[in-house]
Amino acid sequence: MSALLRVENLTVRFSTGEPVRNLSFEVNEGETLAIVGESGSGKSLTALALMRLLPRSARVPSGKILFGGRDLLSIEESEMRKLRGSDIGMIFQEPMTSLNPVLSIGKQITEVLRLHQRLGAKVARARAIELLDLVKIPEPHHRIDEYPHQLSGGMRQRVMIAIAVACKPKLLIADEPTTALDVTIQAQVLDLLDGLRRDLSMALILITHDLGVVGQWADRVVVMYAGRKVEEALPDALFGTPLHPYTRGLLTASPRLDSDYHYSDGPLLEIPGSIVSAAGERGCPFRPRCPDARASCGQAVPELLVPSPGRLVACPFTDIALERADVAALSH
Amino acid sequence: MSLLSVTKLSTHYAGSGGTLRAVDDVSLQIGTGETVALVGESGCGKSTLGKTLLRLVEPTAGSIEFGGEDITRLSHRQLRGLRRRIQMIFQDPFASLNPRHTIRDILTAPLKVHQVGDRAERVRLVGAMVDRVGLSRDALDRYPHEFSGGQRQRVGIARALILNPELVVCDEPVSALDLSIQAQILNLLVGMKQDLGLSYLFISHDLSVVRYFADRVLVMYLGRIVESADHQTLWASPKHPYTAALMAAVPNPARRKQAAPIIGDLPSAQNIPDGCRFNPRCPFATDLCRAEEPEFREIGAGHRVACHYADADLPLIRQLELS
Repeated sequence: MSALLRVENLTVRFSTGEPVRNLSFEVNEGETLAIVGESGSGKSLTALALMRLLPRSARVPSGKILFGGRDLLSIEESEMRKLRGSDIGMIFQEPMTSLNPVLSIGKQITEVLRLHQRLGAKVARARAIELLDLVKIPEPHHRIDEYPHQLSGGMRQRVMIAIAVACKPKLLIADEPTTALDVTIQAQVLDLLDGLRRDLSMALILITHDLGVVGQWADRVVVMYAGRKVEEALPDALFGTPLHPYTRGLLTASPRLDSDYHYSDGPLLEIPGSIVSAAGERGCPFRPRCPDARASCGQAVPELLVPSPGRLVACPFTDIALERADVAALSH
Repeated sequence: MSLLSVTKLSTHYAGSGGTLRAVDDVSLQIGTGETVALVGESGCGKSTLGKTLLRLVEPTAGSIEFGGEDITRLSHRQLRGLRRRIQMIFQDPFASLNPRHTIRDILTAPLKVHQVGDRAERVRLVGAMVDRVGLSRDALDRYPHEFSGGQRQRVGIARALILNPELVVCDEPVSALDLSIQAQILNLLVGMKQDLGLSYLFISHDLSVVRYFADRVLVMYLGRIVESADHQTLWASPKHPYTAALMAAVPNPARRKQAAPIIGDLPSAQNIPDGCRFNPRCPFATDLCRAEEPEFREIGAGHRVACHYADADLPLIRQLELS
């Protein structure tokens, strides 16, 4: 498998700090890479940086975003505009705020086709109906003339997906695409995204805070904390033996539908405190909340280690993690 | 005896497209010290039901007995006494906290309104509550915007509990919080319940959280309870296909890249389907389901289901997993 996208040492800087720091990862052709983290982890800013859609006050002082042999950070804006919506698509959490409320959905889909593929009005409309059908919107001939407010949240997200895949992108970036949706609709939308990934041979970056979504749909996972990658793994490895204390904390803190652990059995294991900006902080960003922090953790940001092929972890004390994993396995 | 006993409660809204039956003939009980979860998708009426119990929304029909008294008949003046005994915690504490009041003001106001203690006593109660919910004393002189989401929810909990209520309606109290904070708040709610002998109505769309948190679960669909059972029974053998579908839709690493079990969106509460209201989305619907609304009947101890086929041999959840 070859890398479709390679991000190298990406940093995003605001006057108040660096919410993304020295981040590197790859996305292979046709795979689903999940980027998981909580608010403040930098995952959404990473997505915006890939699209060069960061707010004006942001700077990217270092890093490369290599896509199709070019560094997206150094190409002209006009070139970038051609890539957005054609080779790279993006969908967001709240489709209502990304769709134009005064334009019919047909108009919003055909706009992309006419701009990027120079289709005529009639052909574009026919193609838009095909796209609505592709994203499984019932009665596409009728729906194409409706407006966003006439659709349910799930249907709106399907329209966003139709727009994003209209030009058969090689990469689709989905930033919390189902967070605003009910679980039954979430399952349908994720199933749709996965089907499109397969059928259109596109890669998917799935940005989410939901570990269940990661476990069910991702081929590979990057865990972010306070702007940095703290762990990278295949889902089975991540859930089986989480190596970073933050990943481990997240997994033990979350109640699970497939576990009969009940409040009458005892409290959930908490991660104490909350995410704090690592600006000006030396050492490991997770140190203030880490149950296993040592004096040495405050001296330098831990380097990414490679405990096994394809596995990365930004913590030198993975032997503790492995012991804990054994204990957790016994207690469950 | 139940602390709260709701009988045939309906809350309808008049709308331009017809009457919206947000809560439609619902009966339920909550016992002292019990945590009852109300689960369902957005638009199912669960928040309206919660608000109706506090009469923040007026019911259209039915009765709500709290401590043996029908509170649907109370005057607005009498309601004030009720509010001391039933409180609410909201999803977004920021929207429910006055941004221009300090935390001290926010926590002292309910005590003043209900004339609890003298000045010194109120200071003592507020201080003790701030300690109990895990905020520092210097939080008292700060404003809501100075806090993170998790800390704000601690303030929301402190405000709801400062009057020592008997029942607390929690409407999605952890849905807006990050995972690592969610566990902290759930643990706090459990601790408070155990300390104060509270009962909770816990409104949530998140089945994983409900599985951990609830003693008994009510599943709501389009204004009506379609299944209710104690937590062990419900998770082990859900009988309503909607409950099974909700459970199957929860993302699960064990079901790698597998399809969703049901299709279609929740219909509008202005246009409730004939027969069983779940039939257009139900993979097992028959002519009977399209013609006749199933009764909400008891099929086992404390286990009630509104499905014609609740006695089917093969549990529906298994069928969904196999399909």
